[in-house]
Amino acid sequence: MAEGKTLTERLDALYEFDRAPVTESKLHGPAKFMGLYAGEHVAGTEFIIGPLFVTHGVTATDMFLGLFLGNLLAVLSWAFVCAPIAVNTRLNMYWQARKIAGPGVTFVYNIVNALMFCFLAGSMISVAATAIGLPFGMQMPTLQDMYPNSVQWVVVVFLVGSVVTVLAILGFEKISEFGQIAAPWMFLVFVAAAIAVLPMLGVHSLGDFWTAANEKIWTGVPISGQSKFTIWHVMFFAWFANLAMHLGMADMSILRYAKKWQYGFFSAFGMYLGHYIAWLASGILCAAALGNIAPGPIAYLGAGVAGAICVVIAGWTTSNPTIYRAGLALQTVTPDWSRWKVTLAVGVITTIAAMFPALMMKLLDFVALYGLLLMPMGAVIFADFWLLPRLGLQRNFAEAKRLLFSWPAGLAWLVTLALAFDIPLQIYFKSLPGWFIAVIVFIIATYVEQNIWQKQQAPKLKKRPKSVEIIAWSFIALSIIRLTAFLVIFVYNHTYLSRSLYFIIGITVLLFQIILGVLLLLGQNWSRIVLLWLMPISLAFVLFTSNIKIIAIPDIIWTIIFADYFTRSAAVTYFKSRN
Amino acid sequence: MLTILKIFSLIGLLLTIVPAFLVFSGTIIIESHYTLMLIGTVVWFLSAPFWMLRKKAN
Repeated sequence: MAEGKTLTERLDALYEFDRAPVTESKLHGPAKFMGLYAGEHVAGTEFIIGPLFVTHGVTATDMFLGLFLGNLLAVLSWAFVCAPIAVNTRLNMYWQARKIAGPGVTFVYNIVNALMFCFLAGSMISVAATAIGLPFGMQMPTLQDMYPNSVQWVVVVFLVGSVVTVLAILGFEKISEFGQIAAPWMFLVFVAAAIAVLPMLGVHSLGDFWTAANEKIWTGVPISGQSKFTIWHVMFFAWFANLAMHLGMADMSILRYAKKWQYGFFSAFGMYLGHYIAWLASGILCAAALGNIAPGPIAYLGAGVAGAICVVIAGWTTSNPTIYRAGLALQTVTPDWSRWKVTLAVGVITTIAAMFPALMMKLLDFVALYGLLLMPMGAVIFADFWLLPRLGLQRNFAEAKRLLFSWPAGLAWLVTLALAFDIPLQIYFKSLPGWFIAVIVFIIATYVEQNIWQKQQAPKLKKRPKSVEIIAWSFIALSIIRLTAFLVIFVYNHTYLSRSLYFIIGITVLLFQIILGVLLLLGQNWSRIVLLWLMPISLAFVLFTSNIKIIAIPDIIWTIIFADYFTRSAAVTYFKSRN
Repeated sequence: MLTILKIFSLIGLLLTIVPAFLVFSGTIIIESHYTLMLIGTVVWFLSAPFWMLRKKAN
């Protein structure tokens, strides 16, 4: 438990500045979100994603329509799923998940997130290396290269990785600022490079574009060894490219500063500039480079030295904060290490990963996997916020019960991944059923958890009141007395009913009452309810069937006492707490 | 001073994007576009940080 506390403290310390909900004075207007999304989604990886669609044989119609619809779904996910919860809670994803699942689960989430960050940063370093290697005539990795293809590649990646790591150790704020300055220029380089190479594809007027798009760029024929992509692939990839951010709720950290939940719609600036125009532009560059997909050479073809600089800056500015954040997250595992040591370790892992071109060449698969791995926690937050209160279950259970580890969220995560990997669908589509699986598993598991918790806690919370004990024992004793009275009446034949009927009814009712008395002692609420109905009926039975009415007087008194006490709130609360 | 810097930044961005359209229309060759883009890049990065970071600090 001491270890658990240490862990919790370590985790909390990382997010200390975000602990409290954002105050009214810190909220931002629309311009901030437009700029933020536009800047964040024009990154180094855009140079590789567009060309990968070309190699997968997407048709022009599928590309334009699929990206439009997929990005629309992404914007709607930000606006209708992530933003309302962010604006309501004003907390970031870490604190919201911690309230629901406890620090134990968020700890595991942090580790997975950090490793994914390492690989993501690795792909960005690979992208930057293709530009740095240009003046040295480096042999560029091809689509089929899974392992380092030359010594030169290894050396260049090592150099780029080292510089990025050292800068991340020195602090990422300045580089982050530099990234923001570069963003508008970077977007224009994408557009300019694509426009400049259009004549190489036979496009000399706007009227030529659609023909060239179908015949020379998005031809519908995949490159050998690549699977064929349809509109569904394009749409789902565009939707889930930032799955961890919208349905995965990581962007709660941004949108909690929004004045209104409708600001989630401003994600459209990132989606349609970065994931629409930039992906189309890099696809055009790939076609102009005759299918070459290495970002450095294709950017150079379209924009010369400025293009190569753009690739380096795009890769560098996005990998840098990613390494820094990964280091931050991993610091929870290595509390004795200083920040620079952790960042160095992360930089080494990232640089080694970047040496394998597979990371860059299989980026579409990796991005889909990244989203799938982190999405279940977002589904848990969604279910906890919107669905649990409507189902009569308690929100933020871990926080309410001070749990280190609330298992429903962990179970939902594991079951979702196990089932999602088993679903016979390509990786790009698994997250959709996965999200529903996570929601359903979490709700069922929460129901079970909260019921078990109630039953376990009830005896501690509600000890059997002494009065219940006295009345229950008295009831059993009186039932025995009544049984005796019944036998007296039976023996002397003072009844209007036939002897056999009187005997059967009397013995059944009285024995049943004794059993119910025992169950009262055990705290069974249903026995209380049955007795509240049965006692007056039993009394009426005695009054109407016996000639010796006086014998019913104790029963009348007793029934009144019983009915009065067992309908009092103290008794009702006790019995309900036991069930 | 800030206004001048902003004008320079705008020129930098224009030098980045406009030459591409000139290549498309056949007015200039792609090598000239490369050179103009590089000049635009230099102008942007020499001017934009001064007013963008200042705006952020405010």
